Amino acid sequence: MSQATPDTRGRYGNYGGQYIPETLMAAVDELTAAFDAAVKDDGFRHEFEYLSRTFSGRPTPVYRADRLTHEAGGAEIWFKREDLCHTGAHKINNALGQVLLARRMGKRRIIAETGAGQHGVAVATVCAKFGLQCEVYMGVDDMARQAINVYKMRLLGATVTPVESGSKTLKDATNEAIRDWVTNVRTTHYVIGSAVGPHPYPLMVREFQSVIGREARAQMLVETGRLPTAVVACVGGGSNAIGIFAPFYDDPVRLVGVEAAGRGLKSGAHAASIVGGRPGVLHGSFSYLLQDEDGQVMATHSISAGLDYPGVGPEHAFLHDQHRAEYVSVTDEQALAAFHQTSRLEGIIPALESSHAIAYAMPLAAELAAEDLVLVNLSGRGDKDLDIVRGASG
Amino acid sequence: MSRIAATFARLGAQGRLGLIAYLTVGYPRLDATPALVEAAAESGADAIELGIPFSDPLADGRTIQAASQQALKGGVTVGRALEAASAARKKTEVPLLFMTYLNPILAFGLERFCRAATEAGVDGLIVPDLPPAESVDLRRAADASHIDLVFFVAPTSSETGIVAACRAATGFIYCIAVTGVTGARPELDPALLPLIETVRRHTNLPIVVGFGISRVEHLKALEGKADGVIVASALLDAIARAPEDPAGQVRRFLSDLRRPAAG
Repeated sequence: MSQATPDTRGRYGNYGGQYIPETLMAAVDELTAAFDAAVKDDGFRHEFEYLSRTFSGRPTPVYRADRLTHEAGGAEIWFKREDLCHTGAHKINNALGQVLLARRMGKRRIIAETGAGQHGVAVATVCAKFGLQCEVYMGVDDMARQAINVYKMRLLGATVTPVESGSKTLKDATNEAIRDWVTNVRTTHYVIGSAVGPHPYPLMVREFQSVIGREARAQMLVETGRLPTAVVACVGGGSNAIGIFAPFYDDPVRLVGVEAAGRGLKSGAHAASIVGGRPGVLHGSFSYLLQDEDGQVMATHSISAGLDYPGVGPEHAFLHDQHRAEYVSVTDEQALAAFHQTSRLEGIIPALESSHAIAYAMPLAAELAAEDLVLVNLSGRGDKDLDIVRGASG
Repeated sequence: MSRIAATFARLGAQGRLGLIAYLTVGYPRLDATPALVEAAAESGADAIELGIPFSDPLADGRTIQAASQQALKGGVTVGRALEAASAARKKTEVPLLFMTYLNPILAFGLERFCRAATEAGVDGLIVPDLPPAESVDLRRAADASHIDLVFFVAPTSSETGIVAACRAATGFIYCIAVTGVTGARPELDPALLPLIETVRRHTNLPIVVGFGISRVEHLKALEGKADGVIVASALLDAIARAPEDPAGQVRRFLSDLRRPAAG
């Protein structure tokens, strides 16, 4: 497994690429050139690291979850505490990196799509800090179930634009953000929130998120003297997962991506693209996709708005086909149980997205030996999910 | 000579601007399309673009989004679109082109799709999310079935992008009139005419302008400059105003568009 992937056209094996309207081609080329130059520029890297430290609150700690470990009765369970980042999730890492890049390119207007609202809040936060105009597209169904994040984005000075089309969730918000970008491409940078989209987005998002894995790898060595046996992360588009996975590619470490099985894979009401889909093109790249026989993208369901997306980043598709990472799924019900368990046993209220990873890590730890270590990416905190959980708990 | 090439050769000889009418297959009703193709061909359309609806039409504005959603709800599939094209072909000899996003074609199978489209009497393909650099496989399948594959240039295209589109395209070059998505607009972008001139330096293929074309004045402004125009959203808007008589709407709208501009 080489860090050299993808190739210059953004291909991870057969996956990835740039399936976009011609109007965006020049912008994507400009972005690729700007990103390549920025990552080689010490000034850019220093600014990113400085603001990650002083603004985002990095590094985040790793934490041994003793009572969950005891409950599982096997391997030690550790959390990478991305929930402690400013704005409450790993999303700030990518938002900061891309907005810094947009500034370098002289773009004064920023747009984003958001599902759970965590990415939208992160982008609105960084735009507020730099005085940039910010517009966030959000499906009306998501606006209803994540009302607090809508309020936060507006407090931060962003415009939140409701998306009424299609399934009224993240997929449609992404369509609408792309349409805005096609229209305003000369002045606007589109900050995609996950490791999806046309090249260079998946690569760029991995670059800005891989700080998670680099920190976690070094911290685990300091705290335990060894590498984890397995790293577990939830996968919607897959940005927190790719961020924690990438620095472990060359290590003998199991990488496990947990998709949202919603009401169960057989129900059809789920969002497990790799486990339950087949390859296709959506939002600019070729990857696993939930689609019907006719190539129409299917409606998805997950209790977690951040995982409620029919596609997945092309690098995950590649890791799956290469058997370098395993992809599994967890239902709404299992995720909710892990949410409650983690709150009660550890004093940490996890995001419903991250609860999927915990729900898989518990039985995994039970199968492993006491000297094994399972590292879970606790990608975000659950404050935004309280209404949903309260509703689900009746 | 293909139907598309023959049509533009004839238009060129007559010094006439070609008019391509866009219809979403299965809109406003599942079985509406063959009769609408016939109505369009009889009312001045020199070619017809048949949009196979896709769930996520990210290059399209509200009009085509709404028509696509309605058609999908009505039960349109790629198979049904092929049947509609085949039925339309029995009624007219004007060139027919399919417009759809890549994923429905991938799901159907690239070679199988191109073969079936040719057998249905379709002459060309337009795929808005397929740039030249990603088109090797579809190009091979299209060539094997002798079907044209059209590529786009846009106001934002670099010179390199224009050259790539001109090299990759067969049939015609689709020149996007605006920086934006599809949808009727009152004015033409002043950057359009210089873009057409640039493209002309790189190709002998016909240049067809689309996105936002909706008025007699637009056609007037492009006569002698472009080889054709595509009228899409404005035509669907006309159908939406009287969905009980779509063929009548198509006839009225296209006839009005062909009428010389006042003044």
